Amino acid sequence: MNNKKVKELKVSAIENGTVIDHIPAQAMFHVIRILNLEDFENMVMFATNLESKKYGTKGIIKVSNKYFAPEELNKISLVAPHASIIEIRDFQVARKTVVEIPDKINDIVKCFNPNCVTNHEEVRAHFTVTDKEEIRLKCHYCEKITSKNTMEFR
Amino acid sequence: MKHKSLVSINDYTKEEQLRILELAQEFEKNPVQRIMEDYVVASLFFEPSTRTRLSFESAASRLGAKIVGFSEASNTSVKKGESLRDTILTVANYSDLIVMRNPIEGSARFASEISSVPIINAGDGANQHPTQTLLDLYSIQKTQGTLDNLHVALVGDLKYGRTVHSLVIALCNFNTTFHLVSPVELKLPRSVKMHIKEKNLAYHQYTELEDVLPKSDVLYMTRIQKERFSDPLEYEKIKNSYIFHADMLPDTKENFRVMHPLPRVNEIHTSVDKSPKAYYFEQALNGVFVRQALMTLILGIK
Repeated sequence: MNNKKVKELKVSAIENGTVIDHIPAQAMFHVIRILNLEDFENMVMFATNLESKKYGTKGIIKVSNKYFAPEELNKISLVAPHASIIEIRDFQVARKTVVEIPDKINDIVKCFNPNCVTNHEEVRAHFTVTDKEEIRLKCHYCEKITSKNTMEFR
Repeated sequence: MKHKSLVSINDYTKEEQLRILELAQEFEKNPVQRIMEDYVVASLFFEPSTRTRLSFESAASRLGAKIVGFSEASNTSVKKGESLRDTILTVANYSDLIVMRNPIEGSARFASEISSVPIINAGDGANQHPTQTLLDLYSIQKTQGTLDNLHVALVGDLKYGRTVHSLVIALCNFNTTFHLVSPVELKLPRSVKMHIKEKNLAYHQYTELEDVLPKSDVLYMTRIQKERFSDPLEYEKIKNSYIFHADMLPDTKENFRVMHPLPRVNEIHTSVDKSPKAYYFEQALNGVFVRQALMTLILGIK
């Protein structure tokens, strides 16, 4: 073994696929749900409450043989705004990106307004992001603002 | 504008709004014309709103249209559990235009997306009531001779009052200076102020009604509702502080007019009613002409 410090991996490496790192520990299961990993058939590994220098604790997800479209991954930015996305090809890092908060949010968030039509009829809420810093979402239907502390996921 | 639903005031451009006001003037001169004889207007009021419903139905009747519909949901299939989607899809088969009032917010937008005929939103809960805004604009234009560069004071519940929100947004197209008078708890929300800031317009906030009287061209009064206060003592403290009284008229400009979306409770004292500066009842009448203009433009008759 050479002198280089070998970092012990808490989650095994994957040959091909996507690693999603720096997920806030408490957002882990939201991310799984948003990306619909529950229905995914390839190997998915995840760990949470790992130590993180930057954030205290963090979660990590490794999805083998799957590369996501940026729009799909950007959906998780609402719960994991600092997540990094690492594409692995043949055990090597092929590309590293960070998530971005999209201009529009469809399907994944519920409108917080109990009197909104989306909570009464068979129609899904969709939103325009009016503030990317504080995360404020304007409902297309009732025009009310859903903010971080009132946000609920489907 | 043909076949274009009106859900929020912002659905129509400034030019389209001005076109409606211009046509409303023609209807004011000649409100009885048989130009809608071949049309059926559905008037779906899922909650009672006598004033708005009668104004729409009167507007349509005077143009010869047939009106179908209901004035409250209790005697309809809605009571049996029918979804709004099914009601709209069915009624769209029977009519050329649907006027809808519904307590569920966003219901009008949803209806406009599934309906084959245009929808006019006659109020969706606390969200939007765009024909009120059009008649407010018409009333301001008619009394002031212009919509541009006016000083408009909005008084009362600026936080929850949807008519205030839509009117502020609409006036942002006309270089208005806003004077906002409300208790601290009921200040205009940030989401509405954003529109004023985007246009770089001036706005001033006050807690005393007296402070704005000498500056204002239009005083737009609204009702403060008790249920808006978590602390009933707070309500008791402020409930009488936003009442416009005839004593205050001498402090106002010659062109000054008092408006109110109605119903009023006590926020404009009846002593004001006889003054030529009281405009709230004429304001309600203007709703008929504005709605005639809107319906005929949407149907492509005008």
